Amino acid sequence: MTDAHANAEGGYYVPHGSPWPIIAAVALFSLMLGAVLFLDGAAPAWALLPGPLLLAFLFVGWFSTVVGENQKGIYNLRVDRSFRMAMMWFIFSEVMFFAAFFGALFYARMFSVPWLGGQGVKAITNFLLWPHYEATWPTNGPGHVGGAHFDSAPMGIAALNTLILLTSGLTVTIAHHALRSGHRGRLKLFLALTFLLGFTFVALQAHEYGEAYMHMNLKLTTGIYGTTFFMLTGFHGLHVTIGAIMLLVIWFRVLRGHFTPERHFAFEAVSWYWHFVDVVWLCLFIFVYWL
Amino acid sequence: MTESHETAVHAEHDHKPHGWRRWVFATNHKDIGTMYLIFSGVMFFLGGAAAMGIRAQLFKSGLELFDPAEFNQLLTMHALMMIFGAVMPAWVGLANWMIPLQIGAPDMALPRLNNLSFWILPFAGALLMSAFLVPGGAPAGGWTMYPPLMEQFGASFPMVIFAIHLLGISSILGAINVIVTIMNLRAPGMSLLRMPLFVWTWLITAFLLIAVMPVLAGAVTMLLTDHFFGTSFFNAAGGGDPVLFLHVFWFFGHPEVYILILPAFGVISEIIPTFSRKPLFGYEAMVYATASIAFLSFIVWGHHMFTVGMPVSAQLFFMLSTMLIAVPTGVKVFNWTATMWRGSLSFEPPMLFAVAFLFLFTIGGFSGLMLALVPSDYQYHGTYFVVAHFHYVLVPGAVFAIMGAVYYWLPKWSGRMYDMRLAKWHFWLSAIFVNVLFFPQHFLGLAGMPRRIADYAPQFTDWNMVSSIGGFVFGAAQLLFPYIVWRCVRSGKPVGANKPWEGARGLEWELPSPAPYHSWQEPPSEAVLAHGAEH
Repeated sequence: MTDAHANAEGGYYVPHGSPWPIIAAVALFSLMLGAVLFLDGAAPAWALLPGPLLLAFLFVGWFSTVVGENQKGIYNLRVDRSFRMAMMWFIFSEVMFFAAFFGALFYARMFSVPWLGGQGVKAITNFLLWPHYEATWPTNGPGHVGGAHFDSAPMGIAALNTLILLTSGLTVTIAHHALRSGHRGRLKLFLALTFLLGFTFVALQAHEYGEAYMHMNLKLTTGIYGTTFFMLTGFHGLHVTIGAIMLLVIWFRVLRGHFTPERHFAFEAVSWYWHFVDVVWLCLFIFVYWL
Repeated sequence: MTESHETAVHAEHDHKPHGWRRWVFATNHKDIGTMYLIFSGVMFFLGGAAAMGIRAQLFKSGLELFDPAEFNQLLTMHALMMIFGAVMPAWVGLANWMIPLQIGAPDMALPRLNNLSFWILPFAGALLMSAFLVPGGAPAGGWTMYPPLMEQFGASFPMVIFAIHLLGISSILGAINVIVTIMNLRAPGMSLLRMPLFVWTWLITAFLLIAVMPVLAGAVTMLLTDHFFGTSFFNAAGGGDPVLFLHVFWFFGHPEVYILILPAFGVISEIIPTFSRKPLFGYEAMVYATASIAFLSFIVWGHHMFTVGMPVSAQLFFMLSTMLIAVPTGVKVFNWTATMWRGSLSFEPPMLFAVAFLFLFTIGGFSGLMLALVPSDYQYHGTYFVVAHFHYVLVPGAVFAIMGAVYYWLPKWSGRMYDMRLAKWHFWLSAIFVNVLFFPQHFLGLAGMPRRIADYAPQFTDWNMVSSIGGFVFGAAQLLFPYIVWRCVRSGKPVGANKPWEGARGLEWELPSPAPYHSWQEPPSEAVLAHGAEH
């Protein structure tokens, strides 16, 4: 509440009212309503459009307001700390979201597929319904959902993508060190490298999806293997895309001269997010592609 | 707001906004807390109306009012409205009101995010409720949404999924705000182990929310993609398993019940010392017990699915871990009782609700222990005994605690006292008839009446009638509640400079009633902190 100029260390600050939260609520509602109407067949595909457009408008608007307030020096260290904590807990919630899908993958591989193959406590399903089914991985189940034959996702592109993401984790760290030591040129270069690597990852992933759909008969509908493969890599890819856009925004802010060696919350938040995306990919590479 | 405070405040931020802007653009924790509580109240009565419909149908055997499809819709929506619409927002509303007051902060740490967390709710509520209006009606497979049944409903299926996504986003953002506020905005000198218990329980609740709401989002996303995009999560032919949904859902679902009840533990831990005129017995034990319950809540989910077909080793594990929860819960009940022991007790409405909570929640806890035993659960599973159990922990548990909290802090919020006589009427009607409503359901369940059923064999009629009568009176008695609150806010007697409860301790009572618009302009001094110390 006390003004930040007067009390940079840790006074209280309560922002004035803002229209952005209610716009955010409307945007989220439009997103969900559009999806409902489309999925129920009550509206054509354009019903999906207002939600994302409003969301994009919202993010630009709300973040511009916050960045502007920040550049004016309104925020003190206590606000900075609040932002940091909030970002950490937000990332934790994202981790738990992925945990649900990893849980589904492990459950399928450890329990449901072996049971369907006649092992363990629920072997009876095998005896009664699918006596010829043998548990393997990858599988599209005893009903061969999605077709009799499909190929499993190849390691090649995934390995390359692992290298790309790990490298991008390195470049963003170099950029961070450059920011803290005041080397703006190095900061710009390595931050640019980071988001370029990010977008390269997304492009390769898109290529892999194309190959899977057109040449390998590996689809979202290819039984539990296709399901877990596409849901896990798909949500991850979405997060990489968002993270790369965030990196791009941060890069533009760096070009405008934002951030100081001492205070650069937005930069750190984005780099945390990027490392989170990176770690999720490592788990994906190990459990989805490799093992 | 006093003059000295006024000067310390930046001109842009001190004035109370007026008109619709105050609410729509709200950044004030009290305004947002009030909106949460009003939303919760509205949903409580809508969910309550559904409950009245359920009890009216079950008054005697035969399909009197609704066909089974309609009945199952009422049942499903009753649960969704009460859990996600009434109880959870009520706790967030109370957190908004009380946490800044109790930790010596001016507001929540992220006020605009706070506004967003609230304003998602009316949209989500509208989306959820409009499920009644679409072809095929609302979902009717129970709030647990088990596949494949859940996927067989019509146009309302994606509505409920996306309403849950919205509610989940709101909860996660709200929980982040609570944690950040507690970790970052405590008054200097208020170490973690000096925090009031309501703050402690909410800190742990917020952690649970952030940990499990995304898991629920994952679970309902899997339902959605299975239904619309041909994935095989719950399709055995594709290598999946419908039981997978139960695991993911209950990994959320069990912590969820502690999300509903832990803040209640906090409220009871505030009220009982005040009206016993003694500090809380075993403060640190209470903190550790709360944390233990939260930890255990992550490893007990399997007890919801003992009869689904589970390896014996898993059943044993989940049975034993579940029964372990009785230890920290026992610590709590013991400590509340020990707080009252040799206290100078008085029984104003908040205390009445707290004491009723103590007895009736304990009954719900004991029936929970019975359900935790695998062999007996084989008998009780899917019967009205389960319905009796969770309503005992949620109605005279969570809901009584919410009402106790409102009766306890309403004079603080409004600066006015409510009609004590009427509030006692509200209490006694509630406390007596909640038992008439739910206690017979134990008998019905043990006698074998299944839950989620629109009609029943005639031998169950007597106790169903008793239960329905209890339900009608309990439901009608709740109408007193908004009336009492409204009357208090409009024309209650001002409490003036004195504390309304002379035994009350805590920072919130160091502020005038009503508290200034921006609660603590300056962090309270160590002297104020020590004076307000609860223990």
